Amino acid sequence: MSTFDDQSKSLKCQAKACNGSVTITLCFIAGLAVSLIFGWIIFPELLYSQKKQPIDYNHAVHLGLVDDSCNSCHYFREDGSFSGIPKLENCAACHEEAQGESKAELELVEKYVKPGREIPWLVYSKQPDCVFFSHASHVKRDGLECITCHGNIGNTTKTRIYEENRITGVSRDIWGSNIAGIKTNSWDRMKMDDCADCHEKMVGKKDACFVCHK
Amino acid sequence: MKVDRRTFLSFGMGAAAGTALTPLPWKLIDDMSIWTQNWPWTPVPLEGKVTYENSTCTLCPGGCGITVRKIANRVVKIEGRKNHPVNNGGICMLGLCGPQLLYSPTRIKGPMKRIGQRGEGKWQNISWEQAISELSSKLKSLRDNKKTHKLASITDSDKSIRTSLINRFVNAFGSPNTINLTSSDDIYSKVISLMQGDNGCCSYDFENSDFIISFGCGLLDGWGSPVRMFQVHSKLKNSCSNNIQIVQVEPRLSNTASKSDLWLAANPGTEAAIAMAISHYLIKENLYDDSFIRRETKNFDAFKELVLYQYSPEKVAEITGVKVNKILTAAKAFAKAKNPIAVYGRGKGDLSGSLHDYMAVHCLNALKGSINKQGGIWTVPEKNYIKWPEIKKDDIAIAGLNNKRIDSVTEKSILKSIPEKFIENISASKENLIEILLISESNPCHSLLNTKEVTKAFNKIPYIVSFSSFMDETSLQSDLVLPNHLYLERYDDAQTPKGFQKPITGLVKPVIEPLYNTKNTGDVIISLAKELEGTVLESIPWDNYLSCLKETLNNMWKPLKDNGYYIDENYRPSNRFYTASRRFEFNTKYGLGQFSYIEPEGDIKNYPLTLIPCETIRLASGYIGDSPFMLKTLDDTVLKGNDLLIEINPETAKKLGLNKCQKITLQTPKGEVKVGINIYNGIRPGVIGIPKGLGHSAYDEYLSGKGINYNTLAGPVEDKISGINACWGTRARIVT
Repeated sequence: MSTFDDQSKSLKCQAKACNGSVTITLCFIAGLAVSLIFGWIIFPELLYSQKKQPIDYNHAVHLGLVDDSCNSCHYFREDGSFSGIPKLENCAACHEEAQGESKAELELVEKYVKPGREIPWLVYSKQPDCVFFSHASHVKRDGLECITCHGNIGNTTKTRIYEENRITGVSRDIWGSNIAGIKTNSWDRMKMDDCADCHEKMVGKKDACFVCHK
Repeated sequence: MKVDRRTFLSFGMGAAAGTALTPLPWKLIDDMSIWTQNWPWTPVPLEGKVTYENSTCTLCPGGCGITVRKIANRVVKIEGRKNHPVNNGGICMLGLCGPQLLYSPTRIKGPMKRIGQRGEGKWQNISWEQAISELSSKLKSLRDNKKTHKLASITDSDKSIRTSLINRFVNAFGSPNTINLTSSDDIYSKVISLMQGDNGCCSYDFENSDFIISFGCGLLDGWGSPVRMFQVHSKLKNSCSNNIQIVQVEPRLSNTASKSDLWLAANPGTEAAIAMAISHYLIKENLYDDSFIRRETKNFDAFKELVLYQYSPEKVAEITGVKVNKILTAAKAFAKAKNPIAVYGRGKGDLSGSLHDYMAVHCLNALKGSINKQGGIWTVPEKNYIKWPEIKKDDIAIAGLNNKRIDSVTEKSILKSIPEKFIENISASKENLIEILLISESNPCHSLLNTKEVTKAFNKIPYIVSFSSFMDETSLQSDLVLPNHLYLERYDDAQTPKGFQKPITGLVKPVIEPLYNTKNTGDVIISLAKELEGTVLESIPWDNYLSCLKETLNNMWKPLKDNGYYIDENYRPSNRFYTASRRFEFNTKYGLGQFSYIEPEGDIKNYPLTLIPCETIRLASGYIGDSPFMLKTLDDTVLKGNDLLIEINPETAKKLGLNKCQKITLQTPKGEVKVGINIYNGIRPGVIGIPKGLGHSAYDEYLSGKGINYNTLAGPVEDKISGINACWGTRARIVT
């Protein structure tokens, strides 16, 4: 009698134990899955805000109209500083009145050119405040191509969505679209390591701290 | 399925493991590091357009041209202006700190009226209308009671348009009591006037000179036009000459002395005796400029006799404590030089000596004919562009102006103002000699000798108005504060810098819009004149200060606006003497130039040591206090923590049983302070050196409470012959 009871008791225990360990394993896997999904998919969604550029600018059309490619609007001033994104007067030179029929151009003329308001462009490649970057030493001296760091923006007909990190206020282009930081092209990512790697390849050394962090 | 603690824990572990396999932790850490850099209190330079503006620095009378760099309209750096005739791109530490002064928390942000006791620092912000109305009603009542002579003003100098305007206002109001702080340059200019009849400002053609002997002047410590002096000094040092070219005569190894070619450590107060010994050598060895002496001077024989009889190198060695062979080395080098210049003064040129001492040094220059010729000493005209008509006086003003000046200065006096006597007489008088005092661009409560007496005198003045831009000691003792724009925010003229050899006027112009609700003092004076009306308004007829400047500067205005300075390149000094004899006169109404020792205060029995102030370019000791940057450059041997260290010779320290970690009490007849000790071989035994410029009790936590103020330890000492203050130090004792 006791043996049978004992046997059934121990079987029950075993079954319980078996069930317990399954539950635990299942919970572990569940936890793993949830966090993996969160970390890889939901987190990037939450981290970055989506903003539209103020004007849906068409680079391709304009590139076809100028003589000097990128340099026509993004040029070096006499003192060596880089002009960056052109000021309103650059656009107003041709767009005093609407030239075509696109909605974007109409917006440009009505909202910005006529009232004389500067266009609040969102800058994809803006580095954090701690970084000092000189266009002159990279482009003028070493002849680096624009697309190496900025990608093929010249061929685009529309502006991309500007994604901004909610914690730091830095554009997503800096860390890169890939949340793991894996890149295929040189312009996919522009963190310190990316600059350092290129420096090492081109110049043979990564350079001292104060060169870029003054 | 039972959900219990274990399942919960295992879920957690799974989540943790999963998270570690995602980029989340690393991305968040990276983002945190950027986030911390964006905290609003972390200072980050502005981004924006870079612009440059030129102006003139006024933080000392050096008159350097400056170029101010701004980013997004915020002043970021001040640099010396390239190719400026005075400083040629160079700048000193104080000039460099302009931005710190501009954005200082001690800036007074608008007119304020005192509530509570003087010195408590309790203020009520008022509007400019209220301020001017209050002050003008007080001035009006002084006029109504026919007590106009009880208005007085203290300003930094009398040479600029602003100070001339303040003086004019006070005079037109009906008071003779315009006090302008004076310096050794004023005394030297007076000596030139006595001996040559020339009424200009003394100036030195150092750039063409091949030898400088300085009797006490801190050539690298802020004397003259400091940056110009650095460059002059460098030029001499960099010339490939083997000769001795720079000689420094002073009791301690200052910065200037340590960089000179020859240092003569004369007993304090006896420096001019060395000048007499050198004159002795020149005359005895017949190495003086005979043709100049014969053809252009008078009474040389009297001087010659005095020198040969009383100032042999052996005698002077006894007086000064400098060995004979060293004196002779200096004398030989001076004799050999083609265009030597001898200068007399102390430190930065605010401290003094006897009139005879100044004359003795000027005679030395005359012996080598370094007068009115290239590489020598001449004069430049003083503010000759201020050509205002005579002031209009009504009866009240005439009556007021008939009163004697409180500082006892008359037309016969050597100097136009004696601030020390002004303070002394107010302090000693039973009745209130002054009812209203205006103070502009100066800090008498800190920078005048005998601080206790100054405080006492100020307590006897019922109404004090400060135009200072900073909450300094004087503003703290005021009843009404009418803050001036800082020099970077206003229009003003800058007169020819001290000792510069060509007349040059600089334009002080605003490089930035005024940060606060301040007003140019010139405009305040003009507003007051408008309120007072009558002859005061007739004497000050301008609409505003800018139009006053434009009108006064006349055809200099356009070149000043375009170029920032106006220099008379073709200026040539007069080669005539305007004395009665039309010659350089060795004998003046004050006698011959000679060494005349000024006895320091205190009897030698009770105060066996001699205390002298030490000046350095790193310690601003005038109206402007040291900026935080400058304080950081002071060595541990000058300021340690909040303690000032005095320089004391190892021998003296040993005799007194002192060690370097000790804090001691330093006592003089005028005061007592606690200081630390710097045992220093570079100061004479029996002499103590005390850095001058600290000991502020106002300003802010960066400056206040650090060190002690030399002026609390020493009082003015009158040179009996000329009436000028000739205090160069005081006797002292150490109590452990």
